Amino acid sequence: MRPRGANTAMGIELRNITKTFGKFTALDGVSLKVETGELVALLGPSGSGKTTLLRVIAGLETPDASTGGAVLFGGEDVAARHVAARRVGFVFQHYALFRHMTVFENVAFGLRSMPWRQRPARGEIKERVLELVRLVQLEGMQGRFPSQLSGGQRQRVALARALAVGPKVLLLDEPFGALDAKVRRELRRWLRKLHDDMGVTSVFVTHDQDEALEVADRVAVMNKGKIEQIGTPEEVYEHPANPFVYNFLGNVNLFRGRLSRGRLEVGDARLAIPGANGNARIDDADGTNADGTNADGTHAVAYVRPHDLEVARTGNGDSILARVNHVGFAGPFVQVYMTRQDNGEPIEAAILRERYRELALKPADAVHLSARHARLFSDDYSI
Amino acid sequence: MVHRLPRVLLTLVAVAFLVLFVVAPAVNVFAQALSKGARAYVSTFYAPRVQGQEKLPLKERRALSKEQAQAEKTRAAIRMTLGVAAVVVPLNVVFGVAAAWAIAKFRFRGRSLLVSLIDLPFSVSPVVAGLVFVLLMGRQGFFGRWATQFQWPDLASIYWKGFAESAWPVGAANWHSGVIFTPLAAVLASVFVTFPFVARSLIPLMESQGTDAEEAAITLGAGGLRTFWKVSLPNVKWGLLYGVVLCAARTMGEFGAVSVVSGHLDSNDTMPLRVEKLWNEYNTQAAFAVASLLALLAVVTLVLKTLAEWKTRAADE
Repeated sequence: MRPRGANTAMGIELRNITKTFGKFTALDGVSLKVETGELVALLGPSGSGKTTLLRVIAGLETPDASTGGAVLFGGEDVAARHVAARRVGFVFQHYALFRHMTVFENVAFGLRSMPWRQRPARGEIKERVLELVRLVQLEGMQGRFPSQLSGGQRQRVALARALAVGPKVLLLDEPFGALDAKVRRELRRWLRKLHDDMGVTSVFVTHDQDEALEVADRVAVMNKGKIEQIGTPEEVYEHPANPFVYNFLGNVNLFRGRLSRGRLEVGDARLAIPGANGNARIDDADGTNADGTNADGTHAVAYVRPHDLEVARTGNGDSILARVNHVGFAGPFVQVYMTRQDNGEPIEAAILRERYRELALKPADAVHLSARHARLFSDDYSI
Repeated sequence: MVHRLPRVLLTLVAVAFLVLFVVAPAVNVFAQALSKGARAYVSTFYAPRVQGQEKLPLKERRALSKEQAQAEKTRAAIRMTLGVAAVVVPLNVVFGVAAAWAIAKFRFRGRSLLVSLIDLPFSVSPVVAGLVFVLLMGRQGFFGRWATQFQWPDLASIYWKGFAESAWPVGAANWHSGVIFTPLAAVLASVFVTFPFVARSLIPLMESQGTDAEEAAITLGAGGLRTFWKVSLPNVKWGLLYGVVLCAARTMGEFGAVSVVSGHLDSNDTMPLRVEKLWNEYNTQAAFAVASLLALLAVVTLVLKTLAEWKTRAADE
């Protein structure tokens, strides 16, 4: 179902946007292009500037003029256009529903606010509002007040209200942030389906990597006012551009050491770097040794995901020694929490259940660790 | 059970205090007001001419006409009080809403100064405030020349004259001149004394509500005025009522500032000033009768205030 007026979706382009609040730089020269009909997630920790970026797109914040940044909708600069004239649908984190109005009145507000020449007739407004109420699966609840609805229902009202005016762009600020885990999962699948049905260009902000990776066409990972990486969920998860992205998207174990003939010397152990035949590569964003030259002797950090760690009872002298602390059973994998024997750093591995039964691990058991897959970054990158 | 004694003692202290300082004076007001019976109470406010009054003996005739003149002055004081409140409350609603809106929803230079200025009347004695007006607008005052010649229409005499004479369709039959020692001075003094009430009751409410709803309204295409009428104002309507009630109660009960600027002219008396005059004339019963109206006003205020507080809380949940 496609509400009338919603088929005028257009792409968004941000060029070199900077926004400072006093001495704090919320956005530092951000450029981003969102294709028509695309669903893009802005992912990052709190304070990374993602909400500010969303508000700049909406026009609720004005970017600093000094850097000559521009916001373009469908190729047209909208800097001079007031929020009300941008035709964006904005869904707020805490819904921002008008609590003295019923669901119907909330959804109708945008239509009733139109200049009288564009404003639909009374009957038409009613028809369109009821259509939207059906679309967000709240049929029969149009007479209720926001206080009589659950969190998930309120968020859907907020969405219907934003969609009512037929926005060219839909912006969602942590749309599921205030909901409990189960409702979140349902709603984000529903949002994806709704987006596919309506085809409105959408940008949503989240700090939950699962949400971003599951729902979005592309994910922009933000940190300290900059976009660290933008790509499809697969790209950013499988090929993080830098340690920050690696760290932010899922758990990771760090092994610091010195490179020596395709291996990383970690204390007494040597961690084999799979895929590196003699010449280990350091995958830094700034290009240090990324050309594959011999990096022997360089200090580096190996990033290993828990499911890329091989846990064994015996080793070959090269493996890293650790002691099991605790075993967790959440999800399809078994989580093994360990402590490195040489420096006491915590390590986490995720192993298959069969492997766990084979090993019969108990707390205080000594194990040997090696990496099935690892990424190297130079040791000077601070997170 | 261990803490029973302190609890009982504290409750007793509180109750005794309330009885001594609130209940007893209130009861006394009504007791004194009715000390000469219901008839005397009523005739404080309403003493019509008796049939055949002219034929009564001189002494009775004098007593009657004195009573009638006093009742007329009391009624005039009541009208004056209501009239002042009718002008002051709307003015302070406009000012209070505008100030609260600016302070709660925007960040601008001088914002904290404005916040402190709003609290100024709370820290200035009303008598001093009244005196400042006299010094500013009196004959020798800074605005003296302008203020003594200032013409303003009597609100009760305003009438509709139509467009036949000029483009301005409203005229007034009676005009007053001057500011100090006229009802206009009472209005000015009351505006000053009561302007914090509306703003103060709205600012915390508006601040706690944030700007989300307004931003939502703007993104939906609503203009500033529509956002204000349809979103901001309904969200604070009970808080506004609370402020209006406090502002009205204070305006009607204000004594110090109004007393100074009234010049003690009978025609400028509001109810509190009338109470004082009756008391000074040893007309105790009449003084308490007028005071009893103010006490009733306090009860109504209390009920409305509680209702507004309760509704504000209910609306926040």
